[in-house]
Amino acid sequence: MANVQAQTTTSFRERLAQRTQHGDGIFWAVTLFFALVVIALVVAIGWVTWSDSALARERFGLGFFTSTEWNPVETEVSPESFGAMPAIVGTLVSSIIALLLAGPIAIGIGIFLAELCPPSLRMPLSFMVELLAAIPSVIYGVWGVMVFAPFFTQYIGVPLSSSMRDVIPWLTSAQVASGRGLLVAGIILAIMILPTIAAITRDVLTLVPNTQREVMLALGATKWEVIWLSVVPYARAGIVGGVMLGLGRALGETMAATMLVGNRSQVPGSLLEPATTAASLVASELTNAQSLLHESALVLIALALFAITLLLNLIARMLIWFVNRGPVGSARA
Amino acid sequence: MTIAPIPTQATIEIRNLKPYYGKRLAVRPVNMTIEPNKITAIIGPSGCGKSTVLRCLNRMHETILGARAEGQVLLNDENIYAPDVDPMLVRRKIGMVFQQPIALRTRSIFENIAIGLRLAGINNKHVLAERVEASLRAAVLWDEVKDKLNQAGTALSGGQQQRLSIARTIAVAPEVILFDEPCSALDPISTLKIEELLLELRKQYTIVIVTHNMQQAARISDNTAVFMVDTDDGVPTGVLVEYNQTAKIFTQPDDPRTEDYVSGRVG
Amino acid sequence: MSLKSSRIPNYQRRKATDAIMRGLVLLATACAIVPLVLIIGYVVVIGGGALSWEFFTDVYQPPMTATTMDMIGAAPGGDVPFDPNDPFAHLNPGALTGADPVDEKGADILEAPARGGVFHAIVGTLLVTSLAVLIAMPIGILAGVFLSEFPGNSVATVVRFACDVLSGAPSIVVGVVAYILIVNARNPDTGQPYGFSGIAGAIALTFLMVPTITRTTEEVLKLVPEATREAALAMGATTWYSTFTVVIPTALSGIVTGIMLAFARGAGETAPLIMTVLGSNVLVTSLLQPIAALPLVTYRYTESPFPSENTLAWGSAFVLMMLVLAVNILVRIATRNRLRLQ
Repeated sequence: MANVQAQTTTSFRERLAQRTQHGDGIFWAVTLFFALVVIALVVAIGWVTWSDSALARERFGLGFFTSTEWNPVETEVSPESFGAMPAIVGTLVSSIIALLLAGPIAIGIGIFLAELCPPSLRMPLSFMVELLAAIPSVIYGVWGVMVFAPFFTQYIGVPLSSSMRDVIPWLTSAQVASGRGLLVAGIILAIMILPTIAAITRDVLTLVPNTQREVMLALGATKWEVIWLSVVPYARAGIVGGVMLGLGRALGETMAATMLVGNRSQVPGSLLEPATTAASLVASELTNAQSLLHESALVLIALALFAITLLLNLIARMLIWFVNRGPVGSARA
Repeated sequence: MTIAPIPTQATIEIRNLKPYYGKRLAVRPVNMTIEPNKITAIIGPSGCGKSTVLRCLNRMHETILGARAEGQVLLNDENIYAPDVDPMLVRRKIGMVFQQPIALRTRSIFENIAIGLRLAGINNKHVLAERVEASLRAAVLWDEVKDKLNQAGTALSGGQQQRLSIARTIAVAPEVILFDEPCSALDPISTLKIEELLLELRKQYTIVIVTHNMQQAARISDNTAVFMVDTDDGVPTGVLVEYNQTAKIFTQPDDPRTEDYVSGRVG
Repeated sequence: MSLKSSRIPNYQRRKATDAIMRGLVLLATACAIVPLVLIIGYVVVIGGGALSWEFFTDVYQPPMTATTMDMIGAAPGGDVPFDPNDPFAHLNPGALTGADPVDEKGADILEAPARGGVFHAIVGTLLVTSLAVLIAMPIGILAGVFLSEFPGNSVATVVRFACDVLSGAPSIVVGVVAYILIVNARNPDTGQPYGFSGIAGAIALTFLMVPTITRTTEEVLKLVPEATREAALAMGATTWYSTFTVVIPTALSGIVTGIMLAFARGAGETAPLIMTVLGSNVLVTSLLQPIAALPLVTYRYTESPFPSENTLAWGSAFVLMMLVLAVNILVRIATRNRLRLQ
């Protein structure tokens, strides 16, 4: 009896193994192929932007990034020339404003969610914070233009501008009523990057070993002292990583910035007048490029944006990995 | 600079202490008195609630979510569980050294000790330096680290980090020091050093040590409390079986359960 | 040495600091919740108010006052013939600049009610995003399988980093790449550029979807217990056979989650579409031409000077928001169940 059974099982296994034996090699090859496709996508971005920006790179060289002239239209008086300073200044200023506003608040949110929040509220509140990240940026733009910009102009822009008129030139502007500028864009950007920084802060704080907290408690520390003096310092590299990822997101943000920054391709004299950012410059002008040089200059800006966010991502991931001693990154990060 | 130890003469009287995890009573009501400037050992099989009881003595038990304790614990006639008492102040008087040698990862050796003092508002460099040195000497670590005070605390070996933890606890001048299995993570040589240190520290502090190593309890403690697991009503609950002088516990215990445990028949 | 006395001189200050800082971080959390509520609230209220049967079934209709419609003999609320390339031909220039918004009989174009709908945009979004998901799915799933079944080698590390780069890349860059590769590329036969098309948009969105699907697939496959794989292998199956017949089906719900998230992300992207599909005012069902999309019409109608079109912008923002919220909430529920079952 047992013999017959053993024979039947063996022949099933044999048949199965026989039918599928050649598959493993193909399996490995096919999945490897598609894994390489993913890498190829990244390489494609770099390569395409590099080659299409050749014209601008050759014509302007590194001076491209310091020149303030953005002049797509050739006239008798001024030749066609392109300088990225307006875009760079706009992007940097709006992103720094966003970081200054969002950084401390988001770290505070992360601390609250990781250390102080009652357990029953932790999931719902985390979910709500992450929901902010899921809202498409064009909706931030709509809300920004229709709701926030008028509010900002009335309660912040105009009072600020009139009180600072002879005191701080970059906080005053004759065009403050337009409701566009680097400050209003920066504020909306801050709301957009809050969830990124907060979620990463919360995650790295949760991973701090409990023993660090107990040591401080046993010394007679208050809850806040435990957090501030042992938990946060332990995770500080990861928090910095989170802030860098937030910065990366602010630098690359296109739609909300385009709708709120005013799209004037010159270095602004004030935070309250129209300006531009790298992403919005490319978004508004690429499809209507006046010449090959114009297009090439825009692609060069896109390339620079890509390179910087890539670098930020790399450093940030390494920092977060360092804190966790393991690779980090989920589909939602 | 060594300060001649002034004994703190701190007595802990435990009255009807009942630690809970949520609704579950972890240990049946405990009644015992910890004598001043003696080493009291708490021994028993795993799960009997030794660490739980220990952590109740400096109100660390309640830092676990859902945990609480009822009853009274009197430090020199003051109930640390009185409603108007701040646990934070209790923990300064009753210090704790944990099982894992822990250095605060981001701080230097000096700062690891100084942190307790800084919490108290002491920021004067000279005062800090003095007291850090005194603590390190008291923990018999000064000679080994005096040249590398600015290095990271994590650069030390396990045994050294444990003495660092002891120095850190001593620096805030407690009256009682609780030790939760301080040598389980250490090698035998470091263990002996710590045991010697405990015998020295007894001169100044009241010491309570939880250990799963009976020989250790027999070696260094003056009094021993034996806990067992009681499954009478189906739910395993810890219970204090006997509390006596160590010599008596290990030679002529009163309770047969103690006899079973220390002779190795049970646990 | 009493416990109740503050022998520590700075006791009060420490207690105060503790209370203040704990209050501040609670306030910080409110700073995130308040904008969330405001944004969703405005979109739901104003956007919801713009919804109607026409909104979902009609395509673009230029704003018109009642008198203008009268003039050209159209029934109120009905379709008006217009040239899609010049929808404002019937208006005087003053209406566009707001300088003279009033037509002959004194009706103010700026107060004209919303007309038309976003049906063309809904169709466009569905077509383009679905195509993008179809392209991204095999790449993402198989790459995810690679990462989970052959982890630890250097290719895997580079792939994971590539996913981070792709998900963190500014979406405008992806649009630029698709613009150069497809829209501007010249057809070798005709010498003309291929031009704007739904396919170009789909390919741009693929860049953004692949990392989501890859990472989710990898995570979910890793969660399949080793015992399941071993059981299949013990039956004599080879690795690939057991992966496809046992492991992937076990993890299927998680993979579907990843695909849904990718769909929601792609549907909400505007910047890549600006330079690939361009947009359209009429219903387009071919992916070889410029096509409308919800985020695009949201953008364009917001920038429009006509309040009637701004209302439509809120409406399409509402539709977009509902889509994104629904997917995220569903995913959250599904993930929680999955985590609980472990």
